[in-house]
Amino acid sequence: MPPVKMKKPLMAAIGLGLSGCGADYSVFHPAGPVAQSELNAVVISTIVVAVIIFLIWGLWLYVLIRFRDTPRNHAPYRPNWRQSRPLEIAIFALPVAALLVLAVPTVKKTYALAHVPSRHPLVVDVTSLDYKWVFQYPRQHIATVNYFYIPIGRPVLFQLTAHSPMTALWAPNLGGMEYAMPNRVLPLWLEATRTGTFLGRNANYNGIDYWCMTFLVHAVSPLRFTRWVKRIQTTKPSLTVADWRQLSRHTVAAPQAYSNYPADTFPEKPTQFTVRGLYYVPTHKP
Amino acid sequence: MSTPTTLPKEFQDQQESIRIMGFWVFLATDVALFGCLFSVYAVFRSRVALGPTPHQIFSLGPVLLETLILLTSSFTISLSLFAARRDRLKPALYCLILTLLLGASFVTLEIREFSHDVMAGHTWHQSAFLSAFFTLVGTHGSHVTFGVVWAIMLSMQLALRGLTVINRRKLYTFALYWHFLDIVWIFLFSIVYLTGIA
Amino acid sequence: MKAWAIHLMKLLFPPRVLLPDIIGIDIGLTIAALALLVYLTKTHRWGWLWREWLTTVDHKRIGIMYLIAALIMLFRGGVDALMIRTQLIGPHEHFMGIQQYDEVFTTHGTVMIFFMAMPLVIALFNVAVPLMIGARDVAFPRLNAISFWLFAVGAILLNVSFSIGGSPDAGWTSYAPYSELAFDPGVGENYFLLSLQVAGIGTIATAVNFLVTVLRLRAPGMSLSKMPVFAWSALITSSLILFAFPPLTVAMGLTMLDRLFHASFFTVSHQGMPMMYVNLFWIFGHPEVYILIMPAFGIFSEVVPTFSRKALFGYDAMVVSLLAISFLSYGVWVHHFFEMGAGPTVNVFFGLSTMLIAIPTGVKMFNWIFTMWGGRIRLTVPMLWQLSFIPTFVVGGATGVMLAVVPGDYQYHNTYFLIAHFHNVIVGGTVFGLLSGMYYWWSKMFGWQLNQRQGTWAFAFFFAGFWLTFMPQYFLGFMGMVRRMGTYPAGLGWTAFNFWSTIGSYLMAIGFLIMVYNIVWSRMHPNWDTTGDPWDGRTLEWSLPSPAPIYNFARIPVVHERDAWWEMKLQDRTDEVKISVDSVEPIHLPKNSPMPIILGLAFLVGSIGMVFSWFWLAILGALGIVADLAYGSFADQTEITLDPHYIIETESALGRLQS
Repeated sequence: MPPVKMKKPLMAAIGLGLSGCGADYSVFHPAGPVAQSELNAVVISTIVVAVIIFLIWGLWLYVLIRFRDTPRNHAPYRPNWRQSRPLEIAIFALPVAALLVLAVPTVKKTYALAHVPSRHPLVVDVTSLDYKWVFQYPRQHIATVNYFYIPIGRPVLFQLTAHSPMTALWAPNLGGMEYAMPNRVLPLWLEATRTGTFLGRNANYNGIDYWCMTFLVHAVSPLRFTRWVKRIQTTKPSLTVADWRQLSRHTVAAPQAYSNYPADTFPEKPTQFTVRGLYYVPTHKP
Repeated sequence: MSTPTTLPKEFQDQQESIRIMGFWVFLATDVALFGCLFSVYAVFRSRVALGPTPHQIFSLGPVLLETLILLTSSFTISLSLFAARRDRLKPALYCLILTLLLGASFVTLEIREFSHDVMAGHTWHQSAFLSAFFTLVGTHGSHVTFGVVWAIMLSMQLALRGLTVINRRKLYTFALYWHFLDIVWIFLFSIVYLTGIA
Repeated sequence: MKAWAIHLMKLLFPPRVLLPDIIGIDIGLTIAALALLVYLTKTHRWGWLWREWLTTVDHKRIGIMYLIAALIMLFRGGVDALMIRTQLIGPHEHFMGIQQYDEVFTTHGTVMIFFMAMPLVIALFNVAVPLMIGARDVAFPRLNAISFWLFAVGAILLNVSFSIGGSPDAGWTSYAPYSELAFDPGVGENYFLLSLQVAGIGTIATAVNFLVTVLRLRAPGMSLSKMPVFAWSALITSSLILFAFPPLTVAMGLTMLDRLFHASFFTVSHQGMPMMYVNLFWIFGHPEVYILIMPAFGIFSEVVPTFSRKALFGYDAMVVSLLAISFLSYGVWVHHFFEMGAGPTVNVFFGLSTMLIAIPTGVKMFNWIFTMWGGRIRLTVPMLWQLSFIPTFVVGGATGVMLAVVPGDYQYHNTYFLIAHFHNVIVGGTVFGLLSGMYYWWSKMFGWQLNQRQGTWAFAFFFAGFWLTFMPQYFLGFMGMVRRMGTYPAGLGWTAFNFWSTIGSYLMAIGFLIMVYNIVWSRMHPNWDTTGDPWDGRTLEWSLPSPAPIYNFARIPVVHERDAWWEMKLQDRTDEVKISVDSVEPIHLPKNSPMPIILGLAFLVGSIGMVFSWFWLAILGALGIVADLAYGSFADQTEITLDPHYIIETESALGRLQS
């Protein structure tokens, strides 16, 4: 059991960071194109299924009232009515039609979301350790724990892996989740188009402190982002192997930043996945 | 449905024919079990970590001998069934005993091979490949072992009670089981060993 | 109210389980067990218990044992659910520690799926299917008893983990590598693995049994197309189990090899592959949810025509859609992990195949409604469960379609939206269906009926509680609350929804308590079902007295049409199920056998050996298994013959002799 005293400031920090930025219904407050596209999928599918739900509810209620077994019920009683081809075709066609309406955006959006939005994204390498997130910026060569900054208006490629049981990275305001797994690196594209501080969390159970394995995303203007990177590079200590070992222990950790990190703390990427045509696809090692 | 007299003897009794069908259904689930283990092996084949590759630990000689033994045992169990259908108890019994001896020698060879690998330090802890290999082949091996125990029981029952309606069915289902293991082995031999050695 | 609820829960189910508490509970259980032993000895019930129940191979008795076990497990899983909800009633609530919360949600899921829903399904198969198709028993009665005892061993293993050694805490999915020894030490996870493997063997045996029973033991004239839909659902469910359970066995088995014998399947090092576990688990897991829902579909297809006094609408479409669902269910498993980097093409394929399942399911919904159309709907308790199923399940199904929309799933995955969805289909579909079936066939099992008024109250509380519990959870998903959180901070807007959700779960608990009261009260004031056909039924089981005599049918009826019993009643041919004194033939029945329960004991001993890595004990168990199988194989007298006099006496006492 990790010390409780570490969790309290963590939660307080989250509470402060989020005050007044619409934490309720985070899925409904997209801060970027990915979350927006996913929200559109949510809305379309909700409308289509709502039509079906209300249709069936209505029909159900009507039948229930009309064909109640009461003495004064004069509705036609047809005990042997068991087949009606036109009706059966209709009840087959209805779900088919509803699903066609849903299938088209599903296919389009799924491909669109896997589409490489930029050849020069900001790259963030994410490693999930037990109950904390480590973010490494390979270009800027800085590292942070449990929080990170991104510039608005620029696609971000997260490369996810884990040195612990599987986790899933989820920042609902920016977009849907992706797993972080040991022995693999998975890509996730996200982008912020408005500034703000957003809560993200681990969405896959990985042990006792799973519930508080959260992080904060600060979406800021490009200028502020550059300044932030500079500040980390100049004022923070570098991440040592001893620090890494400390982070790898099964504990929670307070947000931290490092101006540098050892090279071998993230798996080599080129063997893991590549751009093929328009898409980013995993390549299997020979 | 054909008239009972044209059916093989095991199927003539209604209840026993239902039991044979049940055994077929059981074999279907066993196919699914081996199917899963085969797919695990197919995925893990190349994941050798720091351990040996298939090429380094497989040798054709003993495996070929095991194959030969198992194929022969499949032949002898068919002979046993053939004899049983002609109401010849003794040949049926002897062929069954021969089958179980062949099965036992197959298991012995396999255990020798496994312990040879383990002695060389290639335990399944070493790599995902070795885990999948030992599990797949070992599952087949434990099926054969179970078959040998079953065959011992069955030969005792045949010796004690003769070719009763129930024993005919038991012999038939045992033969089914044994042929099934033979088929699984053929897949093992070609998918695991041959492609591993090549 | 909140503080009050927590105090009450703490009083009823003390959450801080420390060693002294566990010892206290163990002492309590031992005293209760001793009291039971003394009671059985004083009332001289040992022989009775052994002869009539523990060694029985009668499908009706086995069904009842499954039912009782499933209800006990419903209680256990329900208490787990209440503890979960109490913990989440408010932010930063520490009703129990996080470690214990993890254990509780793991046992809740495992118990509810494998030891409540599955046995309840199998209970109703056992009780109803042979009677419906005009059979004297299942195809392999002794194997049926073996199935039960293996299930019982699995249930015992999972439940004793709490007091001996520690509960599993990796979730009912137990994803590797978290379930590996390195991250999850202790024996809890071993209990989980062993209990599912042992119970799984039993379930596969049940599937073999019912597949062959339905295919080979139908009454003369009952072609497949005249078979009741519930029998169809048994057939199709069995075929699903046959191919779905082996992957589970493999997933559990390989994890066990990793944990106990240091293999390297799913480990982080030695190039193990956790994804392999996830794939194997869901290749089982997705068909599993259809294994749970299809029997409910079958039950509704019996209940709706009976209580609408009308033939089932679109029988062919019903059967074809069951087949279509079973076929499609093998091709959708990746929708449980769209977020594991399979790429857009794979995700789209599995998203669309998942949507396809909505078509046959939608057809079935409409068919049930049109079955009621033009009928006369009687609001009995089984029918109330059915009627509430339609509007509930359609929401669950619709949110399922939403989850199949891949980009949407990126936002719903592992959130409370998902939790709400699968409770919506599993409770609103399977549990409503099975409870409907339980009330429907109760008199066929016990000979007396459940009180309707109390049953209605139980239903009302459960139904209202269900909606109150799960509807807010959809919204919690949109707010970013993810599953399995042991507690949560304030200020995220989650508090109110969680509070009401918890209150809803208490209402469901009250509903369950009323149901228990309903059963006990109805037992004390039995309303005997003397006709054997209290609902004016349509299928063959209602042509028998309640409960059916040991041989079921003194005379196997000849079937000419669907709804055979209904047609017999209409055409005044009910004498066809009665015997005349001069035409009675002896009936062969399977003989009781101690072999199944001994096999279960051997499995229990072996499994405990495995759990604690006491391999000498495991080997002892394995030897016991082989010895017991040999004993079963050598037993020569496996049948008893009922002579005609006994049958005539029994039938005449029931007033079932042809005049």
